Amino acid sequence: MSFNDVFMLFPSPVMSGFAWFFILTTVFYIARIHAHKAIYSFARVFHNAMRMSAQSVRRAEKRMLERNKEVLLTQGREATEHIIEREFERINDTVQKDLSEYPALHRLLSEEITSIDEDYQASTEVPPAPPGWVKAVEAVAKIPGAKGDPMVGHVLEDIHQSLIKANTKATEEYRKASHKRHQLLSTMMPHWRKVGQTLAQVDKNINSLLQRSVTIDRHMDEYEHIQAGSERAVQRLSSSSLTQFFISAFVLVIAVGGAIINFNLIARPMSEMVGGTSQLMGFQTSEIAALVIILVEIAMGLFLMESMRITRLFPVIGALNDKLRVRMIWITFGILLTLACVEAGLAYMRELLMQDAAATRALLREGGVEVIESSYLWITTAAQMGMGFILPFALTFVAIPLESFVHSLRTVVGIVAVALLRSLIWLLRLTGNIARFSGAMLVNIYDLFIFAPLWIERQVRLKQKQPDSKEKSESTDNVHYSSL
Amino acid sequence: MLKLKFPGFTLLLLTVLVLVTSCSREQVPNTRGVYMLMDTSGTYTKELKQAQRVINFILSNLNPGDTFAVARVDTGSFSEKDIVAKVTFEDRPSMANQQKRLFRDKIGDFVKNVKGSAHTDITGGMLQAIEYLNEAGAGHNLILIFSDLKEDLQKGYIRDIPLQLNGVSVVALNVTKLRSDNVDPREYLDRLASWQERVESGGGNWKVVNDLERLEAILAF
Repeated sequence: MSFNDVFMLFPSPVMSGFAWFFILTTVFYIARIHAHKAIYSFARVFHNAMRMSAQSVRRAEKRMLERNKEVLLTQGREATEHIIEREFERINDTVQKDLSEYPALHRLLSEEITSIDEDYQASTEVPPAPPGWVKAVEAVAKIPGAKGDPMVGHVLEDIHQSLIKANTKATEEYRKASHKRHQLLSTMMPHWRKVGQTLAQVDKNINSLLQRSVTIDRHMDEYEHIQAGSERAVQRLSSSSLTQFFISAFVLVIAVGGAIINFNLIARPMSEMVGGTSQLMGFQTSEIAALVIILVEIAMGLFLMESMRITRLFPVIGALNDKLRVRMIWITFGILLTLACVEAGLAYMRELLMQDAAATRALLREGGVEVIESSYLWITTAAQMGMGFILPFALTFVAIPLESFVHSLRTVVGIVAVALLRSLIWLLRLTGNIARFSGAMLVNIYDLFIFAPLWIERQVRLKQKQPDSKEKSESTDNVHYSSL
Repeated sequence: MLKLKFPGFTLLLLTVLVLVTSCSREQVPNTRGVYMLMDTSGTYTKELKQAQRVINFILSNLNPGDTFAVARVDTGSFSEKDIVAKVTFEDRPSMANQQKRLFRDKIGDFVKNVKGSAHTDITGGMLQAIEYLNEAGAGHNLILIFSDLKEDLQKGYIRDIPLQLNGVSVVALNVTKLRSDNVDPREYLDRLASWQERVESGGGNWKVVNDLERLEAILAF
């Protein structure tokens, strides 16, 4: 039975259309209340489901936020503890170094001061003593009637001459003594300078300690904030973590570039060692071998950095006793050195292979001209060998950005997850609300389809009821909207 | 204390991915097998210098593990004796380069001392090429026919045999026009069409390269 057979109630399609419209309108009018209830129920169910899902996701988001906070605070606490520990170690080193030198410094200062004191004492000015017979001159000068006595005049003249001689001698002695004093004072100068330098060194050490104590105070303040789990600490750590993530990612990209260059340097000559045709898991064995060498170098670099306690990716290595750790440093360094030498050799072989290939190609070209070897070829060979030797050691330092990247990745993943969960919440709420208002819209569309019987119903009611009851009727029509 | 679980999980994931990728790949050898037939009949021997150029070009483009053989087309070409030089390049690139030089020298000697044959048995050469390439077991096979494609069989030789060229590419090189082709070009076109039909009905791919300045097109298979 086709659609046409069902539809054509009358020979005329227009008549059939009207008939179907009438039938459907009547059926829909009769089923109106139940249809409205069904639409509202469906919309409510959908809306509630979305709302409950949103609440569930919100709880997950809250848990994720707590986890992020916990991760941030744990990382921040560990980092700050590490920094404070290092600061105390430095202070300890400074104090040990300076305090161990302090007795020597004290002795040096005492010696210098004693020396200065002695010089000072020696340089004090002692006035020359007047001759003892000066009082005798006074006595002679007081002899009564001595003024006109030539005898007294002669005596006084002699005394005068003696005084001049004594004065000259005393002046010379005084000059000599002054010269000696000046010499003593000039020998004091280096001692003063030395004392000044020693005190400046002491001042520098003390200032360094003071500066370190200020740094420790700052870190302790941060540590207290982290311990308290304050919002400021979380924000600061979050920002720092994001910065670390981008910087370490940038450095890692550079390292990947270095690794690619390294790979190209050794992949070709590896085919001379492991063959150029064999394949492993769909890839050329020589390429896999080159990749393995680079990965082993990176792994050795990680272990070296870990053994030197520069990074803390493997707590087991960090917890090893010092003797074992130092052994591990030497072993990993030895392996790295060996690999670097192997790479330098491979780089050299690469150059030889390229020359051989170039010579063969030239021979196979038209005319079969031999390649003339350039005298500057050794520069590229040496450069390749140098790169082959240096790159493994350069790759060692990948461990540092890798550690930062791994640590900051946890935070970044957390932040991204929170953002995704928030978007999901928004989407669920939006869908729920759309479903809710779609229910109201569908009811209106439903009523629009059966507008004719509804209009008739309204007219009949208007005639039957009073104007006040008319308003009541209208309000009952709209009751469902308000219930939404 | 939160523990770091990321590296272990990532490594596991990478291992699984590598295994899945490797298992899903079709294990076809990545080597190439090239068999070149050189027409040494009549006046076509004059073109052998061009053939030598093509051989040198192919040698310079083949890699370790690839197989290359050059055979002459004479009165009865379905014979190993007609193979002028053959080689499967060593895994080591330096060894492969040495082999290429030796191969080149051998071809040079052949071109210097070649004598023209009375008849042209291209089909026999093709059958020999198929047999050789099947034995070589390379991943991709190519037969080069350096000839005017005019077959001239000695009486009694049966060559009405279908060619089994499953996936083998056949390239006709330097298909020169004969004097009779100039009189009636349909002969030339029919000759090409006939070979194309034979190759394609045998499951092979057909290509004609007359411009020897575009040799790159030969190895594009």
